[in-house]
Amino acid sequence: MSVPSLAFSATAMQRFETIVARYPHRQAALLPVLHLAQAEFGWISPEAMEYVGGLLDVPPVKVQHVASFYTMYNLKPVGRFHVQVCTNTSCWLTGGVEILEHLKAKLGVGNKGTTADGLFTLEEVECLASCGTAPAIQVNDLKDSEWPIRYHEGQTVASADALIDALRKRATEGGAA
Amino acid sequence: MSTGLKILTAHLEDPELHTLAGYERHGGYGALRKTLREGLTPEKVQEEVKAANLRGRGGAGFPAGIKWGFLPKNTDKPIYLCINADEGEPGTFKDRLIMERNPHALIEGCLIACHAIKAKVCYIYIRGELLKCIKHVERAIEEARAKGLIGKNILGSGLDCEIHVHPGAGAYICGEEMSLIESLEGKPGQPRNKPPFPASVGLFNCPTIVNNVETIAYVPWIIQNSGQAFADLGSEKNGGLKIWGVSGHVKRPGLWELPMGITARQLIEDYAGGMRGPKKMKGYIPGGSSCPPLLGTEIDIPLDFENMKKAGTMLGTGCLTVFEEGVCTVRFAQRIAHFYEHESCGQCTPCREGTGWLYRNIKKLEHGEQLDGGLDLLESICNRIMGNTICALGDAAAMPIQGFLRRFGDEWAAHLGAGRCPIQG
Ligand SMILES: Cc1cc2nc3c(=O)[nH]c(=O)nc-3n(C[C@H](O)[C@H](O)[C@H](O)COP(=O)(O)O)c2cc1C
Ligand code: SF4
Ligand code: FES
Repeated sequence: MSVPSLAFSATAMQRFETIVARYPHRQAALLPVLHLAQAEFGWISPEAMEYVGGLLDVPPVKVQHVASFYTMYNLKPVGRFHVQVCTNTSCWLTGGVEILEHLKAKLGVGNKGTTADGLFTLEEVECLASCGTAPAIQVNDLKDSEWPIRYHEGQTVASADALIDALRKRATEGGAA
Repeated sequence: MSTGLKILTAHLEDPELHTLAGYERHGGYGALRKTLREGLTPEKVQEEVKAANLRGRGGAGFPAGIKWGFLPKNTDKPIYLCINADEGEPGTFKDRLIMERNPHALIEGCLIACHAIKAKVCYIYIRGELLKCIKHVERAIEEARAKGLIGKNILGSGLDCEIHVHPGAGAYICGEEMSLIESLEGKPGQPRNKPPFPASVGLFNCPTIVNNVETIAYVPWIIQNSGQAFADLGSEKNGGLKIWGVSGHVKRPGLWELPMGITARQLIEDYAGGMRGPKKMKGYIPGGSSCPPLLGTEIDIPLDFENMKKAGTMLGTGCLTVFEEGVCTVRFAQRIAHFYEHESCGQCTPCREGTGWLYRNIKKLEHGEQLDGGLDLLESICNRIMGNTICALGDAAAMPIQGFLRRFGDEWAAHLGAGRCPIQG
């Protein structure tokens, strides 16, 4: 077996130890540790699976089985901003589909597509538990260590359009927030 | 019929409510202190919760006190409490409010519930996307631990209790209790067959209770004020207040804490500001996408578990999705069918195949195509799913479709072979 080329930073390792201590079995820590790995490495690559499996005494094929079951783990690299538009019931009733279609056209990508500059991945998602403030958009920012996931609620086509511009500006000016 | 009393949302105007200092300023942890000071036994706490008629707020409405009573009386295995904070049923957005704005109510409830069921460890399974909830609950746990409210020998009482957050990773099915347990063990969230029920064989093969966030967050008030006092706030067999949600085509969507047994008319007209525009209300879903819809004229039925069942639907999570005239119910159902097809874990053939079959046929109908066997085809797919699956997701996919057919059958029939959607074009 090849030696994984990845490793957690010292801070991540500390966090890892805290997480593992919460459970009577190491495998139970798999979901939170995969989140940690994604935050560290940007996506869950085969090397990341091997590394996490090694840390938790779980065979990499089992890690793969788990990681592929859950939608939050990126098994392929995604754009810096993962823009997720809800089109489920309440968002559908209040304009979520129009927002999604507008963003597809604005970014020139289809569902799950990534822009050529690697900045945006657009995805249609199911209910975000923001139905009272529908339509809702979730944006993951790989470079934001404090708030890697942010919700943008009560959106319109115009506000979603402005949101994309603001994110693009953030990327060109550098920094997270 | 509302007395104006609020419990979980009583002090939301305090921006510090989510901190320990804020929570304690309003009497927080009083119920835990009372439990320890007065030496309330686990049996006594269970009795109060039973008397409260506290029905599970996760959707099924099972009485919490009775569920706790299913745990084995003598076991040498550890007992676990799992809090279901995987909020993901379309239309539902209530548990977020508790976790973001009043997380210590949940923590205090967990501590008292753990005492009642003799659990020493509690996991709060929070939907992974809800980062603010995760942060606020984690911070609440840290604050409480620093104050000696969590950990070993709580406030010198000799009781031990640990509480941990476990983040989900994007799978609606993990809200189903057996799937949640599998997911907590670090596995794909594929539900296990029942029986055995979690109360006998649950997390790490130990006796386990799974309860919703809102259910447990009401426990402190019950202990402070008595089960009877809580029961008196609601309707028959449905104790207390509940956090109601209204979303969709109303003027002011939102959440309100009001008694069990309130009506949709009161919620929509008195709280949500009525419909958003001149169009009349066509219908509503009482509590998340798995509940069959009701008509816009059926708004005077008390919203509680028994009355909703009598009306042919379910109370579910108590978050209403309201829609106006002009909305095509076939297209609406297509959204719902798409959701279940996407979320089926794929273990059972009737669910895996049936949800896809339903979705594809409803999509055809949406565009005015003819269906082999007409609408009976949809009915027969539903019947083949219902009751033939490991978990309730199969039923949850079929029931709303049957409900739409029952309430809006004429509109659905008008789509057959029409070549286009006769409602929205
Ligand atoms: C597909 C499916 C999804 C569910 N999702 C949730 C959920 O997100 N939150 C929840 O509390 N219960 C959910 N439930 C219900 C749980 O299985 C369980 O009944 C509940 O957590 C028990 O808590 P309670 O008795 O306090 O309501 C779901 C059930 C099914 C079948
Ligand atoms: S009913 Fe559906 S979701 Fe539930 S176990 Fe079977 S396939 Fe999985
Ligand atoms: S339907 Fe979009 S957040 Fe719930």
